[in-house]
Amino acid sequence: AGKMSAGSGGRNTNTEPWGSFDDNLIPGSSSAVIDMENMDDTSGSSFEDMGEMHQRMKEEEEVAAEAAATEDDTVDDGEFLGMKGLKGQLGRQVADEVWQAGKRQASRAFNLYANIDILRPYFDVEPVQVRSRLIESMIPIRMINFPQKIAGELYGPLMLVFTLVAILLHGMKTSGTVIREGTLMGTAIGTCFGYWLGVSSFIYFLAYLVNAQITMLQMLSLLGYGLFGHCAVLLITYNIHFHFLFYILWLLVGGLSTLRMVAALLSRTVGQTPRVLLCGTLSVLHMLFLLYLHFAYHKIVEGLLDTLEGPNMAPMQRVARNVPELTLNATMGTLGASLKVH
Amino acid sequence: MAAAEEASRPFAGLSDVSISEDIPVEGDISVPVGSTRRDDEFSTLDEPVKETILRDLRAVGTKFVHVLYPKRSSALLRDWDLWGPLLLCVTLALLLQGGAAEGDDQGGPQFAEVFVIVWFGSIVITLNSKLLGGTISFFQSLCVLGYCIMPLTVAMAVCRIVLIGGSGKVSFAVRLAVVTASFGWSTFASTAFLADSQPPNRKALVVYPVFLFYFVIGWMILTFSPSQ
Repeated sequence: AGKMSAGSGGRNTNTEPWGSFDDNLIPGSSSAVIDMENMDDTSGSSFEDMGEMHQRMKEEEEVAAEAAATEDDTVDDGEFLGMKGLKGQLGRQVADEVWQAGKRQASRAFNLYANIDILRPYFDVEPVQVRSRLIESMIPIRMINFPQKIAGELYGPLMLVFTLVAILLHGMKTSGTVIREGTLMGTAIGTCFGYWLGVSSFIYFLAYLVNAQITMLQMLSLLGYGLFGHCAVLLITYNIHFHFLFYILWLLVGGLSTLRMVAALLSRTVGQTPRVLLCGTLSVLHMLFLLYLHFAYHKIVEGLLDTLEGPNMAPMQRVARNVPELTLNATMGTLGASLKVH
Repeated sequence: MAAAEEASRPFAGLSDVSISEDIPVEGDISVPVGSTRRDDEFSTLDEPVKETILRDLRAVGTKFVHVLYPKRSSALLRDWDLWGPLLLCVTLALLLQGGAAEGDDQGGPQFAEVFVIVWFGSIVITLNSKLLGGTISFFQSLCVLGYCIMPLTVAMAVCRIVLIGGSGKVSFAVRLAVVTASFGWSTFASTAFLADSQPPNRKALVVYPVFLFYFVIGWMILTFSPSQ
């Protein structure tokens, strides 16, 4: 059913501004197309198979039977306990239902194949689409009084995050980064996925607070494609050690991809303060992340960072092994030398 | 007779019993051949351990040949095993062990890291291909990706030999050439095996993570320098 997603988004948004968001809620809507892009991603029910529905129905029957049984039990208690007994029974029933729902969720999460089937619609893309979305991620659109279309897709973002992991590994290796109590791989994966998932959920939370019209899926997709600029900048600047070049690329490429995300968010938010709050947070985080990735794993600044951190050796820190005079008593000397270099 | 031969053909892969053309054969041929064969196969309990191991090793060896000469055969997919990938992965990790800064118990690709990259990477690629609608089973894909590391393992061995000679500009050029060639080879071989199971319009999407995976491994091999 989710196959129709690609073309339908634009058509629905054309009917009226803001119309696309509550399309699913309009009872008499003539469109029978399930619009993946504007659908809340928590409602994955359309992809569940019949077996699961059957199971759910059976479980509901069980719950009903149990409730009936408890009712029989409490009938004589209820006569002299009155309202209190009824309340207890109600509470028990609610607790039972909550427990059943939790059990269903857990069993669904453990079923790998069910999970794959649920995720599959988000990976329903063509190479051409991915390419055009990558290019579009660098082109901010100046249309903020009308909700922009955001593709809800996870293939591109996921691959970009893995690419970023590979590039980070490269940067760490060339800069001779040493991480105590952990591997380079783990750190790179943690950084990239942490940023992607963490910032997406944070911005989604903020968007929820200020009532912006965006789903978690769209947020993940938006931020994931926003990492394309980061990948490009880091790939270039890890190999060409030119600070000036980095700053230019940082402002240009990083700025463009940030602007694109900001424009998309602006178009889906109403009001001055919410817009400033949401977009300010996102752009600051996004730009600073690029700055951090560049300087945290770069050759030249390595020595300076170490000497500044020198005396208090934290368990997790970077040590340049190419700097021979890196000893505790030579800290001041290196600091002076590196300051002279810059 | 022709019909009898026709009937025995399905077992051609299993049996090495050949019936020459000039001996007249009659009766029910296919069933006895099949049943005796099955008896043989199930009687591996009392065979020497050496034979068992050698048979497995031979199967692994045949698959190595398939990787070195990738001609869209389905042997690697049909009877998959994870022995070959394990062997290759351990070999690669051992060869990459002992990198530059071994003195301060750090640096160099550690055994565990190589191991994790290889297996985690293959699993991610497999899940990705399943999500994109591939019709390949989980372990088949793991098997193919694992076996296709072989050119890179060979490149690693060559690199170590080259590095014994010294680590100048010439040595780096040689290593770069070897690693690039084997990286291309790995990618090409795995695509040859995996491409058929994917929807034709999405091959590029499946190949990209494979490319990234072998690129990271190849890059690790290229930047490896032994401790003095």
